[in-house]
Parts: sequence; C-alpha cells; structure tokens
Amino acid sequence: MNVLNFVNAFFSDSAHWHGYDGIPTRLGEHVRYTLEALALAAAIGLPVGLVTGHYGRGGNALSLVATAGRALPSFGLLVLMTTLLGFGMLPVMIPLVVLAVPPILVTTYEAMRSVDPSPVDAARGMGMQESRILLQVELPVALPLILSGLRSAAIQIVSTATIAAYVSLGGLGRYIVDGLYQRNYEKVVGGATLVAVLALVTLALFWAVARVAVSPGVRRR
Amino acid sequence: MSDYLHDFFDMPSDLQHSWIGLVGLHLREALLPVVAGLLLALPIAQLCVRFRWLYPPVLGITTVLYAVPSLAFFVVLINYTGQTELTVMIPLAVYSLVVLVPAIVDGVRSVPPETLSAATAMGFGPVRRYFQVQLPIAVPAIIAGLRVATVSSISLVSVGMLIGNQGALGNLLHDAQIYNRPELTWNSVITTALLAILVDALLVLVRVLLTPWMPSGTAGRKQAPALKDAAR
Repeated sequence: MNVLNFVNAFFSDSAHWHGYDGIPTRLGEHVRYTLEALALAAAIGLPVGLVTGHYGRGGNALSLVATAGRALPSFGLLVLMTTLLGFGMLPVMIPLVVLAVPPILVTTYEAMRSVDPSPVDAARGMGMQESRILLQVELPVALPLILSGLRSAAIQIVSTATIAAYVSLGGLGRYIVDGLYQRNYEKVVGGATLVAVLALVTLALFWAVARVAVSPGVRRR
Repeated sequence: MSDYLHDFFDMPSDLQHSWIGLVGLHLREALLPVVAGLLLALPIAQLCVRFRWLYPPVLGITTVLYAVPSLAFFVVLINYTGQTELTVMIPLAVYSLVVLVPAIVDGVRSVPPETLSAATAMGFGPVRRYFQVQLPIAVPAIIAGLRVATVSSISLVSVGMLIGNQGALGNLLHDAQIYNRPELTWNSVITTALLAILVDALLVLVRVLLTPWMPSGTAGRKQAPALKDAAR
C-alpha cells in the first residue's frame, strides 16, 4: 500500500479530529512546545550574539559553545533529563533549547560581523551612541541573516519536539510513538505528515516575516 | 568505583554488541551518509556554480528537504526499506547533502577570478583547474559544512532507536529504561557527545593539514561565509 493511502486514511477518519488525542489538541501542544523553546533559546542566543557580534570579540568561544551544544544528542539528553528530573516540561525544554541556541547564536554573531563597516563608522562619526548603532544601524542590516538563524532553530525545534512523546508528553510525536507501538502504520504516517507540514508552515511564516520586517533597501542586495 | 565502571560498560545482551561494537556501529550509521552526501553534493554544487540560474531553485528545494523532520522521514521510509539501518542512513545522507551544497557553492564561488584566470593562463584545463585550484581553495568552506553535517548526523542516529532499535548508541536509552539502569543513559549521552567532538576535532585537523597556506590564527575568520550557511 502506498504512503499516500495511509495519509488519506488517517486524515479522513473523523475520530482523529476530536478529543484529547485529536489533531487540534496535539497540534496546539506541539506549537506551544515550539514557541516556548524558541522564545527561551532566542532570549539566550540573540542578546549574546548581538553584543559579541557588535564588539567582534569572543567568536572562538562562541563556536566552542555552539559545537558543544550541537554535539549533545537531543534524544539522549531528553531521556537523561527525564531520568534526573522526572516527567514534566523542563526535561523536554532543556534539549530543545540546547538544540536551538547554537544556530541562533552563531548566525547572529556572523550576521553582525558581516555588516558593512562604513555605515557603522558614519553613524559613530555622527555621534550615535553604541547602543543606538547596534539597534538602529547594525540590526536592520543584519536582520535577514538573523532571521535565517531563528528559522533554522525553529524548524529544528518543530522536528525534534516529536520526541517529547517518548517521555509521555503530548505533541504530534504522540501519533508516531503510539503508532509504532500499536503497529498502526496509518497513525505513524499521519503524525509524520503533520510534523512535516508544520515545519513547512514555519518556513513560510519566516519567509513572510522577512518580507515585512526587512527594510527594502537591505533586501535588494 | 570499579563496580560502577563495570556496570557502565556492561551492555545488555539484547543489543548483541559490546560497547566498542556499538561505537563502531554508531560511527558507521552516522558517517557513511555524510560521505554519500558529500559525493552527491560535489557534482550538484559544481552544476550550481556553472549554471547560476540553477542555484536559487536548488537552495529552495534543499531548505524544504531540511525542514522534513528526521522521525517523519524515518517512518515514511519504513514502508520501502523496512526497520533497517538503511532507513536511518538515507535521511541522514539527505540532511548532509542539504548542508553541504550551499557550503561548497559558497566556497567554490569565493575563488577570486584573478586566480582562475592565472590558472587558465598557465594552461590548466577546466577539470584540472577544478581539482587543483578551485577545490583546494574551497576546502575551508567544505570542511565547515562537513563539521555541521557530521556532528548533527552523529546526534541524529540515536533517534533511530524509535524505529526498531536501529539507533546504535541510542538503543542504550531504551534498555536503560526497561532494565532500570540509568548509567546506560549516561553512557549513551556521553559517548555520543564525545564521538561528535572527536570527529569535529579530526575535521579541524584535516583542514589544517589540507590548507598549509592558511595562517592558523585567521582560520576562523576565513570560513565565515560558509559558517553562516552551515550554522543551521
């Protein structure tokens, strides 16, 4: 049987659209995990990346932190944190944040470093304060790259949040993990399709945000 | 202490591997896809360099492919390749490809036109120019991409545990729970992280060996353009 038949069977079964295990509930949980983890990771990665990138210091330290963060296996970290901290949101948030911080941090740093130095010098010559240079000159120019870092972080969180189901939390991974145990391939493929679609929607959302937020003068380059 | 160490490396028999065996299995499942990805990425990147109009659509397709979650990729492949190693390795190869193509294209494009003209003037044909001039100059960018691809590949193999114990060191996570042996979880996480860091360090060493003309101090600065793409 074709994968598409399974997908069709999953989505046309009305039982999958209601209740605590229904698609709306699971999708809502998944989006919540994603937003929380992304917000936490951005709260850590953005300020550090902006400031270090502005002063051009600490690039080596950042790449070390990023390598260490990437080296930690998300799935193993999830099981380990659950063993240490018990079941709950915290053990899921830790691996997701560890996963998302490196791309945000490194891309933000690189984005700030790649800003053309002459407008920055001009701004400094006009007497702008460092904080205003950072926020009003460098940030708008660096924005497209910074957004691409946030985008990869968001996509990785969306795809990795599926493993939360392995430690008995909700989210779209529930269908995949339950389906594998129940040998219900239709459910597995349905869940996988939903996650993939959510990842693509995230991609589209970031594209739209970039269209609105990036100044036209910067976009043309 | 020695008891603890003994438990730490004592693998449950259902895994049918020693600890070293699992490490070897893990490296094989993680690195073969990266090699396959690199072999595919080189010609694709070369096409993108030769025909400029090809690059934006290729970049679009790779971005979309990268957005497909690994677990989703695995389970869809089960229908075709079963619950086997191959099912884990195909998605990893695709992810490597996706990271490597932009890295290589940026690297090859960063070769200054004067250098290319000089090579042509010295009588280099296109093939020889590619292998002896463009590729070596692109090495730092390619290695930067390879580092991201291998490290994430090593980390992702563990997820293969969910599809019928195909996760090598990741299988320890499941056994740790069913046998109530938390030290196996520690073993899995620490070993996987160490493998990733070790392979990463090896790749840095390879770059230093392959690019003797680069001053080591500015090595980090030079690969900046690749880093920004590879940062994902």
